[in-house]
Order: sequence, then structure tokens, then C-alpha cells
Amino acid sequence: MEKRNVHLSPAELLPILPGHSSPGRFERVLRAGKFAVSTELAPPDSADPAQVYERASVFDGYVDAINATDGSGAHCHMSSVAVCGLLTRAGYSPIMQISCRDKNRIAIQGDILGASAMGVANILCLSGDGVESGDHPQAKSVFDLDCMSLLQISKNMRDNSTFESGRKLDKAPAVFLGAAANPFAPPYEFRADRLAKKVAAGAQFVQTQYCYDIDMLKNYMHQVRELGLDKKIYILVGVGPLASAKTAEWIRKNVPGVHIPDAVVKRLAGAENQRAEVIQLCIDMIQQVSEIEGVHGCHIMAYRQEHTVPEIVERSGILSLRNRRQAPTR
Amino acid sequence: MYKVRLWSVRRARALEIFYNAFEKIVVALHPVWKFVGYERIEKPFAVTEKVVKGFLFDCQMCGQCALSSTGMSCPMNCPKSLRNGPCGGVRSNGNCEIKPDMACVWVKAWEGNALMSENKVHVVQFPVNHQWRGRSSWLAVARDKNQPADKS
Repeated sequence: MEKRNVHLSPAELLPILPGHSSPGRFERVLRAGKFAVSTELAPPDSADPAQVYERASVFDGYVDAINATDGSGAHCHMSSVAVCGLLTRAGYSPIMQISCRDKNRIAIQGDILGASAMGVANILCLSGDGVESGDHPQAKSVFDLDCMSLLQISKNMRDNSTFESGRKLDKAPAVFLGAAANPFAPPYEFRADRLAKKVAAGAQFVQTQYCYDIDMLKNYMHQVRELGLDKKIYILVGVGPLASAKTAEWIRKNVPGVHIPDAVVKRLAGAENQRAEVIQLCIDMIQQVSEIEGVHGCHIMAYRQEHTVPEIVERSGILSLRNRRQAPTR
Repeated sequence: MYKVRLWSVRRARALEIFYNAFEKIVVALHPVWKFVGYERIEKPFAVTEKVVKGFLFDCQMCGQCALSSTGMSCPMNCPKSLRNGPCGGVRSNGNCEIKPDMACVWVKAWEGNALMSENKVHVVQFPVNHQWRGRSSWLAVARDKNQPADKS
């Protein structure tokens, strides 16, 4: 029989360093104590792989990892496992989002193995938005697991090489485990406790919801430090450019969980050039966030404005600062 | 009933005391349940539990009751059946993202937990075992707590 020309691993993987969980770059950047930058790729409504590469190439040279969303906002798009499989082939470092809304534990554990086989080193465990908010409100929502039990199961697969059922794996998936956090939604006083619970369940990094209220974040980070969580988990604060004052107004009325203070809307509405102001606002936010003790990076969500990410990263100065920090002092 | 459910959360401490006493009795009666046969009493127990807890908590009969760890607010009433805390979509008034007129089950859970003696809301809950759906969790507790003794 003709021998098939198949690369065993379709991705470039780094050796797993002692104390690390994954062969990925993202974990290395965080563990090296550098300010990490991640962003989000909106998967196409298409069967064309070129669209995935096009959307990813916008970020080349500016981010450490790219989240591939899993039916975000309960809208149907290309699956996160497929997007990640394509990205690893091209040398990208994707973070595969898994939502508990659409798949039960059998499907999810299968996806984790499959993704790891394709070189995916990072997984973000989410509960997921309700189907009611998406384009298929007539769908059946699954929620067999929640983000916490998904973390537990993934950790168990990685560390104990077993399925939830107890059945053994031949090879455990070497994945760096993440979760989401929203410091900007009630019950505010318990959000840090909830992060502690995620740490206990196995989360190693967390990406937060959009931050537009720096005082609220500072308050949350204070609680996080009191609990000693900033030493146990890498925290990336969510930021992103709002399209305009009108969008900001719309989002805060219609998107539960995103908190935008009046001052932000006023600042945008009062600006002469709103396009420039939204970017400046995002840059200001990154700079302020990076100065908070216990924050290890930022997660830039620029839905439909992905082209602004390089400019935001560049002008915020975080990458050059990071490289300067790294430079030998001698 | 929604109003009764909220009433129960406000009385989380009293319900905790009552339940702990009740559980002791059910567990102590293990020899009786065993003599009659756990499977034979399963149905009447499940029906009773459904009526009582259905009235007090809008219980969904998951068969693995977590009320003691969730401030007496039943997590199965969360539209996402989250067993470990609130999602990020909670509205600024503390209501549910999916059902805007309902208070978030987990906002209530944390309030109820604050009234209770043990801080069990921090314990990570395992995923639901769907094979236990519709079964009595009281009997499951009686059986589980007696199992080590049975085995020896």
C-alpha cells in the first residue's frame, strides 16, 4: 500500500518546560512574567479556510494568542475546534473556546482530545450565552456541564489521563486551562469568590468581560489580591474599542453583562472625531489596566473592528515596554 | 412558586436547621428503609419530595440536591442549569439575562448562603448525573451516608 504523506502533528509545538502544562507560547509568555496580549477572532459564516487565515493575519506580530469563539452570542459560525485546527497548521497560537450550551460531556471531551491532537495548547471553558440571545432561539440548549465542571473535567483529563467516566486515555491532552470572569455584573461582592472557585476547579488563566470602569476593576482586583488569587491565576483584562457613542448606548441597554459608565458614553459623544476617540479610549484603558497590581495581560475584543488591534497594541506601548523590560540591564 | 422560592431563600438558616435534623432522622432510619427495600419506597419518597420541595423551592427533581450548598436557591431553576455560581450575564438589577423578570438564582443563592452556618457555596459541584433525575435525593443521602458502614 502506498504510504500516505501525513504529518503526525499539524502544528509546531514547543517542548513542555518543567512546571508548564502545555506546549504553547501563550503559557510561556505568562509564566515568564510578561504582559500578555490576546485577542478574538470572529469565525466566518463560511466553509472557506482562507477566510480564517485572512482574519487571523490581521493580528500578525501583535498578539500572543487568538481566541476562537464557540458560537458566541449563540450565533452559528464555523466551529471553534475547526478554526483552531486551521490556525495551528499555520503556526498560530489559538485559545479554543468551549461553550457548554451546544454540546454534552461526550462531545466536549472528544473535542478536547481532537483539538490537542491538532496542536491546540489553550482551552477556555465557558458556560455560554443562552440560545434565546442568538439567531437560533428555537434550538435546544444543552448545558450538560457548566464552566466549573468543564474545568474540572478538562483538568482531570490532563492531569489524571481519564475521562469523566473514569475510563483511561492513552495520551492526556497537554492544555493550558482558562476561564472567563465578569467583575462588572452582580453579585459584585462575590465575583472574586467565584474566581477562587474557578481556580479550585483548575483554571490557570482568566479573561474578563469588557472593562470600561477602571474603579470597579480596581475594587475587584483588590478583593482578588486579598484572596491571594493573583498569585494563583493569570488575569487578562478584557478591553475593546466601541464603534461609537451610539453603539456604546446600544450595548449597555441590550447586552447583559457589559457595563459602560455614563462618563464613557459622554466622552465618546463629545469627541470631535469619534473614530479616533474610541481607539484612544481603548489605549487609555490598556495603559491603566497594565498598572494595576495582579493584572498579567489584556484581552482585546474588537468585534468587526479587528483591523484596529495592531494600532491599539502599537500605540499603547505595551509590547515595546515588555521588550524593554526583557532587555539585559548590563 | 416564584414568591415562595424567594421566601425560602430569606429563611435559608431556619430551613438549614430543619433539614439537618430531618436528614439525621432519614439517615438513622436506614435499617428500616433497607428492610422494606429502597427500591420499593423510592416512588413514594420521590413523590413526596417533589411536592414538598416543588412548593418551597420550585425543585426540578435533579435527584442530587444541592440546596444546602446553594443558599436554599435551587440551581436547576437557572435557565443554564449552572450549579456553580452566576454567569457573566446577570443584569445590573440582579435579574437573569434570559428571564429578565426573574431574580438571578445565583444572586439569591449567595444571599441565602450568607444566612447559613456553613459557607458551602464555595464547594465546586460535580456535573449533574442525569441517571438520577426524578429520584429521591433524601433516600440517596440515607443510602450514601450508610454505605461505608454497610461495606464493613
